[in-house]
Amino acid sequence: MTQEPLVLVVDDFQDNREMYAEYLAFSGFRVIQAANGKEALDQAFANRPDIIIMDLSLPVMDGWEATRRLKADQRTNAIPVVALTGHAMQGHSKGAMEAGCDAFVAKPCLPDQLVAEIRKMLSTPRLSAAKAEG
Amino acid sequence: MARPAPTSTPQRPSESNAFARLALAELLLASDDAGECAQRAVDWLARNAGAKSVLCALIDPETDELRALAGYGVTAAQMKRLSVHRHEEAHPLALALSRSAPIVFENCRVRGTAPFGSGSFIAVPLPIAERAEARVGILLAGPPSAVLDREARWLADTLGHKLVHLRAMRRAVESENRLQREREFLLSVINSVPDPVLLTDTEGRIIISNTRADALFVAREEQSEGRQRAVTLNNMLFSAALSRQAIDEPEAARRELLLVNPTEGTDLLFELLSTTVEHPREGTGFVSILRNVTDLRAATEQIEENYRRLKMAEADVRAERDRLDLIIDSVADPILVTDPSGKILLMNAPAERLFTAPEGSGDEVQRAVRTNDAHFSSFVSNVFLSRGTSRFRGEISLADPQAARPFPVEAISGKVLSEHGEVTAVVTILHDRTEALDKARLYEQLERASQELQEKVREATAELVRRNELLQRQAIELEQASQLKSQFLANMSHEFRTPLNAMLGYTSMLLQGVNGELLPPQMKNLGRVDSNAKHLLNIINDLLDISRIEAGKMPLHLEQFELPTLLGELLAEVEPLIHQAHLSATTDLAADLPAVRSDRQKVKQIVLNLLTNAIKFTPQGAIRVSAGYDAARDEISMSVKDTGIGIALKDQQKIFEDFRQADDSVTRQYGGAGLGLSICRRLANMLEGRITVESNLGTGSTFTLRVPREGRRS
Repeated sequence: MTQEPLVLVVDDFQDNREMYAEYLAFSGFRVIQAANGKEALDQAFANRPDIIIMDLSLPVMDGWEATRRLKADQRTNAIPVVALTGHAMQGHSKGAMEAGCDAFVAKPCLPDQLVAEIRKMLSTPRLSAAKAEG
Repeated sequence: MARPAPTSTPQRPSESNAFARLALAELLLASDDAGECAQRAVDWLARNAGAKSVLCALIDPETDELRALAGYGVTAAQMKRLSVHRHEEAHPLALALSRSAPIVFENCRVRGTAPFGSGSFIAVPLPIAERAEARVGILLAGPPSAVLDREARWLADTLGHKLVHLRAMRRAVESENRLQREREFLLSVINSVPDPVLLTDTEGRIIISNTRADALFVAREEQSEGRQRAVTLNNMLFSAALSRQAIDEPEAARRELLLVNPTEGTDLLFELLSTTVEHPREGTGFVSILRNVTDLRAATEQIEENYRRLKMAEADVRAERDRLDLIIDSVADPILVTDPSGKILLMNAPAERLFTAPEGSGDEVQRAVRTNDAHFSSFVSNVFLSRGTSRFRGEISLADPQAARPFPVEAISGKVLSEHGEVTAVVTILHDRTEALDKARLYEQLERASQELQEKVREATAELVRRNELLQRQAIELEQASQLKSQFLANMSHEFRTPLNAMLGYTSMLLQGVNGELLPPQMKNLGRVDSNAKHLLNIINDLLDISRIEAGKMPLHLEQFELPTLLGELLAEVEPLIHQAHLSATTDLAADLPAVRSDRQKVKQIVLNLLTNAIKFTPQGAIRVSAGYDAARDEISMSVKDTGIGIALKDQQKIFEDFRQADDSVTRQYGGAGLGLSICRRLANMLEGRITVESNLGTGSTFTLRVPREGRRS
């Protein structure tokens, strides 16, 4: 029996986080949440989600640092990370890619757009994942 | 008592006496000396005639006195005492001398005959045979005897003749010597003449010449050939001159004669003075004196040359002097030359005006001139007294006699020194200092003014610097403020988006029926929420763009793309809006559109903005989008033409400014933040392009974007 993909939504703004979580659940995904980078790492190591939606401006530990750590850890380095930020500045997306994010989505992002992006990411064969499995 | 000797017939001598006589005769013949002959004769008589004392005395031809010459058996003192004048008649010996036979003195004392004492002796004149006047002396011998008498007589003749002969010879020699002396004296006289002197015969042969003449006319054989030739030539020239003179003008004593100096070969010019000499025995001859006038001629020429030079020098000096006068007179400053006594030797015209009063000038002028003279004299005497420096500078006060105006004068003096370093004159130049002092005063004022000006400039500059610093500080603050503004806008847009994200998200979810089906009026109102939230998002995005451009955080991404494709995408995006607004849209693409290299996203953003504006401001009609290529400028162009409300000319620039619309009134009809065209203009600048507008109020507008086909910036 194939389980629905598990999505970790990381956002410090509760309304947004819960909105995405609700819509993802509505769209048939399993969803776990984290409000900062530290929690995101704990959740990721504990639950090994299939994909992580990472807001970059976070308290305690920001999204870039959290992504770097995830990508540096063998347990989590195969999990695709989609960066999500309201900062549409150039530096943000560039920094996100350097930190190891696999995709970048600018806020505002409608829930259905995010779902479309997640589906696209999950359907793409992951080189690093294949490597990890191999 | 004297008695004549007996006049017996001459007794023949004995044979032995004959030999003795022969021997004596030979001796006497061999001797030329009277003393020697006399001594031999005296000695011979003593030996051969038994005489005890013999004395031979001779008459001095100068004094006519008898003097002892030789003696036998007599002392020198006794001989010296004999002194009898020939014509002393009273003296027995003078008598004996005049007799033509010997005299015998017996037992008597005769003065001067001491050797014989009071005894007897015989006196025989020398020679007996001669006349009394021709006799040369006397022979005394004693004691008398027959033999003595005989031998004495012989001896007196023999010795007497010998002595007469010797005396004649001596007289001849003396005469010869005298002549020789006289000749030598004459020659030395001639030689002492500095000019050549010659005596020549009628044939031109030289008879007498002095050494000067010899140098010209005589050459010895051993002397050089050149000299021989010169001498020969000189002789010819001289003879020719003499004969010419003799023929042409016998009386004229002077003529010039050119000869050759045999030693140096140079020409010598002589003046020839010749006189004819008539001599009864020697015949006719010429005495010639040559006076060397070579040096005289040279001297004459030298004098003439010197005179000529002197004339030229004088002319030069005169010209120099004229020039000097001209120069001195042309100098505007007074110049004076003063001698050591203070007398003015020379002055130029400007000096004359100060130091001389014209005829009939007034007392005032006279006084001024006198005062000037006194001041100047005092200055010049100081110069003469000064030691060391040859230049002297001082200030004196003079007055212009005409204007009666005193003025300060700078006097510069130079000493004129003679060869021996004595000051012979002083040259003084007077320079009017009035102008210089005025200038100095003016200069000082100018300097002061300049300093004040400089001070003001310095103050102004300092003020400027201060203000500049202030401005710079303000500019920095402004820049910082602008940066802060951009940062603030960026932050704010983030802060705006986060809630907007939630609003849009939840609205979208509600509209999708995530939380259950909605009623149609709920759907309609929720649609308005969604629409307004999206509008707000657009405004926030525009604000973000502006702040990004201002913060320089809007990078360019150049890429190759085709215009038709881009326009297709754009029209597809605005199609719903066009449809909604009941407008029609057409495109017009040029045939030769090339591929473009630029920032595709920004070009698209600009044209999209132009399209949405056109739709927004066109109540009815059509929108036409066209694309073209300007090969000359290598530019592509995209125009959006509408049939809308249009823009007044005065507003056409305003619309590109931030937050501006053509209609600024609060009651304006059309919404929007007024950032669209401002952003378009900034983006076009980034692409090295520009946006232009052609419009008329009420008839629509055409906005055109032009960008280089090949963008350079990246």
